[in-house]
Amino acid sequence: MLEIKNLHVKVENHEILKGVNLKVNAGEVHSIMGPNGSGKSTLAQVLARRETFQVTQGEVLFNGKDLLAMKPEEAACEGLFMAFQYPVEISGISNAYFLRAALNAIRKYRGQEEMDAMDFLPFYKEKMKLLEVDERFMTRSVNEGSSGGEKKRNEILQMALLEPKLAILDETDSGLDIDALKIVANGVNAMRRSDRATIVVTHYQRLLNYIVPDFVHVLVDGRIAKSGGKELALALEEKGYAWVEAEGHTAAVAV
Amino acid sequence: MGTDTRTLEALVDREYKWGFVTEIDADAAPKGLNEDIIRLISTKKNEPEFMLEWRLKAYGYWSKLEKEQAEPKWANIKYGPIDYQDIVYYSAPKSKKEGPKSLDEVDPEILRAYEKLGIPLLEQERLAGVAVDAVFDSVSVATTFKEKLAELGIIFCSFSEAVQSYPELVQKYLGSVVPYTDNFFASLNSAVFTDGSFVYVPKGVRCPMELLTYFRINAAETGQFERTLIIADEGAYVSYLEGCTAPIRDKNQLHAAVVELITHDNAEIKYSTVQNWYPGDPETGKGGIYNFVTKRGKCAGVNSKISWTQVETGSAITWKYPSVILQGDNSVGEFYSVALTNHWQQADTGSKMIHIGKNTRSTIIAKGISAGHGQNTYRGQVKILKSAVAARNYTQCDSLLIGDTCGAHTFPYIEVKNSTARMEHEASTSKIGDDQLFYLQQRGLPKEDAVSMIINGFCKQVFRKLPMEFAVEAQKLLSVSLEGSVG
Repeated sequence: MLEIKNLHVKVENHEILKGVNLKVNAGEVHSIMGPNGSGKSTLAQVLARRETFQVTQGEVLFNGKDLLAMKPEEAACEGLFMAFQYPVEISGISNAYFLRAALNAIRKYRGQEEMDAMDFLPFYKEKMKLLEVDERFMTRSVNEGSSGGEKKRNEILQMALLEPKLAILDETDSGLDIDALKIVANGVNAMRRSDRATIVVTHYQRLLNYIVPDFVHVLVDGRIAKSGGKELALALEEKGYAWVEAEGHTAAVAV
Repeated sequence: MGTDTRTLEALVDREYKWGFVTEIDADAAPKGLNEDIIRLISTKKNEPEFMLEWRLKAYGYWSKLEKEQAEPKWANIKYGPIDYQDIVYYSAPKSKKEGPKSLDEVDPEILRAYEKLGIPLLEQERLAGVAVDAVFDSVSVATTFKEKLAELGIIFCSFSEAVQSYPELVQKYLGSVVPYTDNFFASLNSAVFTDGSFVYVPKGVRCPMELLTYFRINAAETGQFERTLIIADEGAYVSYLEGCTAPIRDKNQLHAAVVELITHDNAEIKYSTVQNWYPGDPETGKGGIYNFVTKRGKCAGVNSKISWTQVETGSAITWKYPSVILQGDNSVGEFYSVALTNHWQQADTGSKMIHIGKNTRSTIIAKGISAGHGQNTYRGQVKILKSAVAARNYTQCDSLLIGDTCGAHTFPYIEVKNSTARMEHEASTSKIGDDQLFYLQQRGLPKEDAVSMIINGFCKQVFRKLPMEFAVEAQKLLSVSLEGSVG
């Protein structure tokens, strides 16, 4: 599904990713953890094709296609979705209008027929039920006047509706209380299928109690310093990132 | 950082779609302005004596202003001096002495021009419920649905026709809201206007259809000076739409229109404009229309209402302040505006609300969008006179910037002489952010669609006030005008 090879990324002459390698197969859930400033969000945004980042080296294949050659909307239409850490407000545009436009842009790209409002609404309502979102939400402007938790829930609602092949959750757990966290996790788990993959970027282990990953990777200073199963997240929770940092340091010295 | 700015700029770039010139023989006066030209216009139009007198008074006043160099210079716009002697003040398509009786008699070239603009002048328009009074180079060429309107006693005709058929109404109301002494351009218009539209809705009649006029400036170097007069008698209601496009011209064309609206007791006029005149060469800004317009309504009667809605995307320079004089007690004035300046366009626009009567209320919602090197100024005045007990005003002006070479400016003037007044003023300035664009693109929307969506959201409060079919047109117009500003 996704193959990242030796990815180096710069922002304003500052190297943030220093050779990331990662392979994600269909059906898998990977978690990327790491201390603040380790490059987690940068990695997520580069994969979503944000143009502010400069890729200096490396290659990323998404379903065999060169992801780094795609515009953000092309990546989206190819089936990549990112739930934003800070979802953006769009004043004057209702959630329903926005989502239908997005869905139809993707369908158009794939040569599918556009969905009219009559077909769209029941579909949307069904997903809203899953995320326990009030129907009145449809007519509200995108993220305008929403709390942090509502915005995050809206991200997952959008994901449920757009049905991506690869979903990247960028710190979706930040700002969520425990109830909201469970709802969001349910939404993500409902999406798990053998032909889909998820990358959960998070600082804390907490979310991984609900979205159980197949693999956990620890990103330190722009590189994946350690990989393992879900138990790695628990070990991190216990020992802190300093443990991996120290280990990574020793490893570097040993080389 | 730079990528998105460039992208935005590219979306604003698109060739002016309506640039074509229709070949018609024009019956034109020589260039220049003097009393003889005024007399010629009046004679050509076979006007009664009172019209000529009024024109000559206006001309006399304007000449004085011109000598004193009183052309208004306070607006936040820049342009070279206008040579008023280098303008042709009268030009009419050559045709029969009497106007065409049906579309068959209309010059096919003109009909083709309207077709290119997508104006429904044929039978379909009855289905669309729209009656068209088409002003083509100062002379009306076709008026439809007049009979249907006449059954209700509604008069909807060209200004020239009104002067012939309803001189007493014209004499009573002409200049009653915008006197010929009002300002430099209104004086000029009063002296030389050649045509425009006239509407009278009698007591208690609700006009059942939207009245629609398309204006076009066609013959080269012809300043066009329309005059529109709309009267809603007691308890009457009318919604009037005005939409404009013009062909590409190398030379700046002065356009100084005057629109006067009058509502009597319990009457309402809704006046909507979509303006898309040639904005000038995208690279140099050369050749666009100067749109110096005086639009004003008077709520003369109690409980009456005047509402202006405008979407201004064209013209090199826009100078207009649709206003309402709230004279009748409990009267309501509204102004909803979207003004877009792209490339080298300049706009100084806003509204004036003059509160005289008790419990008068006014609302101003102004949305300015600047892209390219565009300069967008909101200028508004809210005046509460001593007599206006318990008057209320709400003003909101929002500016949206695209790219980093454009400008937005706001000049609100508030003058309150009665302490019972309630005033609210809100203002905001925002930029289309990389964040917003990235968010929408990440959901699958191409960048241009993303920009359109953000802009439509920004303008929603105003679009909502437009009649349905106009709202659709306005949205299209905005995305067309901004295409290339992101790219």
